[in-house]
Amino acid sequence: MQALYAQLLVGLINGSFYALLSLGLAVIFGMLNIINFAHGALYMMGAFMAYFLLNLGGINYWWALLLAPIIVGIFGMILERTMLKFLTGLDHLYGLLLTFGIALIVQGVFQNYFGSSGLPYSIPDQLKGGVNLGFMFLPIYRGWVVIFSLVVCLATWFLIEKTRLGAYLRAATENPTLVRAFGINVPRMITLTYGLGVGLAALAGVLSAPINQVRPLMGADLIIVVFAVVVIGGMGSIMGSIITGFALGVIEGLTKYFYPEASNTVVFVLMVLVLLVKPTGLTGRAA
Amino acid sequence: MKKSIASLLLGTALAVATAGAAFAQDKTVKIGALSDQSGLYADLGGPGSTLAAQMAVDDSGLAAKGWKIDIISGDHQNKPDIGTAIARQWFDVDKVDIIVDVPNSGVALAVNNVVKEKNGVYINSGAATSDLTNAQCSPNTVHWTYDTYMLAHTTGQALVKAGGDTWFFLTADYAFGAALERDTTAVITANGGKVVGGVKHPLNTPDFSSFLLQAQASKAKIIGLANAGGDTTNTIKQAAEFGIVKGGQKLAALLLFLTDVKAIGLETAQGLNFTETFYWDLNDQTRAFSKKFSEKMKNGAMPTMVQAGVYAGVRHYLKALEALGGNPHDGVKVVDKMKSMPTEDDLFGKGEIQPNGRTIHNAYLFEVKKPSESKGPWDFYKLVGTVPGDQAFTPLSESKCALLKK
Repeated sequence: MQALYAQLLVGLINGSFYALLSLGLAVIFGMLNIINFAHGALYMMGAFMAYFLLNLGGINYWWALLLAPIIVGIFGMILERTMLKFLTGLDHLYGLLLTFGIALIVQGVFQNYFGSSGLPYSIPDQLKGGVNLGFMFLPIYRGWVVIFSLVVCLATWFLIEKTRLGAYLRAATENPTLVRAFGINVPRMITLTYGLGVGLAALAGVLSAPINQVRPLMGADLIIVVFAVVVIGGMGSIMGSIITGFALGVIEGLTKYFYPEASNTVVFVLMVLVLLVKPTGLTGRAA
Repeated sequence: MKKSIASLLLGTALAVATAGAAFAQDKTVKIGALSDQSGLYADLGGPGSTLAAQMAVDDSGLAAKGWKIDIISGDHQNKPDIGTAIARQWFDVDKVDIIVDVPNSGVALAVNNVVKEKNGVYINSGAATSDLTNAQCSPNTVHWTYDTYMLAHTTGQALVKAGGDTWFFLTADYAFGAALERDTTAVITANGGKVVGGVKHPLNTPDFSSFLLQAQASKAKIIGLANAGGDTTNTIKQAAEFGIVKGGQKLAALLLFLTDVKAIGLETAQGLNFTETFYWDLNDQTRAFSKKFSEKMKNGAMPTMVQAGVYAGVRHYLKALEALGGNPHDGVKVVDKMKSMPTEDDLFGKGEIQPNGRTIHNAYLFEVKKPSESKGPWDFYKLVGTVPGDQAFTPLSESKCALLKK
């Protein structure tokens, strides 16, 4: 039983990454109607940015947590302005193909220069060590990841669903022409939203840098699972993606305990089941 | 009618004669470097192995003697079906004579069958499974560098003898992990130890915390890592996070490569004991080779033992071809020649290839240096001991290879 608690907690930790990443995807899809396949590559860039900041600029983890999402977010906004913008109104498939291509190029470039096995990035001194919870030894850093990502997820949800800015954004998705008539710069808002989604991916990257290897394919390995999370939660649903992110982390954790060989596939089995029963996802509205 | 038969016979005789002459003088060779070019094993083999093969060709000096040697490379993506498809195409269409490297035991065993069927030459350096020269041995195959038997009888044995008598395995769920766990378990039980549990994880797993918690709960003295590459680096890094070593359990990195240590960082990796058959800083010859190699690598990486094995294997292959006076394009014949010649090169020293295809050379026990002891970006290992080849690898009396029953 004790072991079970431990697995639940570990699942929650992985769930935090799923939640942060699927949230970014949901924001981008919900507001911009782009299926952002470059999300994994941008997550990877966030981790690399943390590594560069530390090793080239001597800038520590805490600043990286702030700076890396901004830098990668700006990179994302440039992508949006120079390429994605021209796909507005076209079929989703075009955006998917473009972002998939971008992901392959970015990963290829990083792999060319840094190889595939990755670079070390250590846990910041303040978060080293762990606490014994009785049923498990919880590394402080992992606890931090869960709490921090929960806060970020809820803040993002609040920003989009509860503030005036969020209301403009949602209105602009529904009817850009009308919103523009009210004097709001819709293209700029869309660029900023893409930047926000990308920044969330980069933030997840920085968070994961001390746990996983900082390596070019770290995002490619994760992104497929994250897409499954988004599909299960319902494309474009903010709260849905947060909740399914955490929930699937827990389910995966349990699978690792009861039947480890299936831990890579359990998410996809669930995805198939959900699609069969409720094709719009658990919290999705009909398109 | 008689006359035409006679001329036909004459023609055939002539054709055979010219074919024979062409055979003796055929000095073209095509080498295929098949590896994981972009996944978790790409740094320990991958493009570095292709480079090593090229360096072996350059250093052989055969080009100046009229030989024409080409190298092509392929990415098997750690999938046996892709690996065998490439191998088939190489033999059938590209007329490749020899396939080298092939990390990932699953792919390696699959390719082993193709090479045998097509009568090519196979010098495997990247894969670990001892089955390549044991139950599944082939007259076309030479296994260089290392194998699971060697890893079990060096690192594994040393740990059991040092008092690590209860083990829990974290095993990569495919041919390699199974072979390494099997061979190590045999050593543990033979030395009076016990395996108290284990868990099989999928290849290329990013998060090991669940498995590590199970290992922690098992209370085993040693947690044996029967995995490799990115999986091993992730396990070691996350084990440090969960305070496993501080809690009194010891990690046995049964297979650890230079690039893995680089990826983990000395801070976390220090003190790990493991075995390799090559290290760039062993002696003047290995340093000279490694410097040349590193200068040609995009990220300035030093060679791993797998890449060194590709170099040494190709050198020996080319020596055999030179001794034959030409390329017979007959795998068994070339491999027999390779087995009949003692091996000697700058990287592995003197050795031999046994009748089952196993190359015998020294193995070295290393310990990862403390960050304070490291003097350069690749200065990672302290030499702890040397195991002579005949003690490190499967004795012929234990080998189940069918080739030995002749």
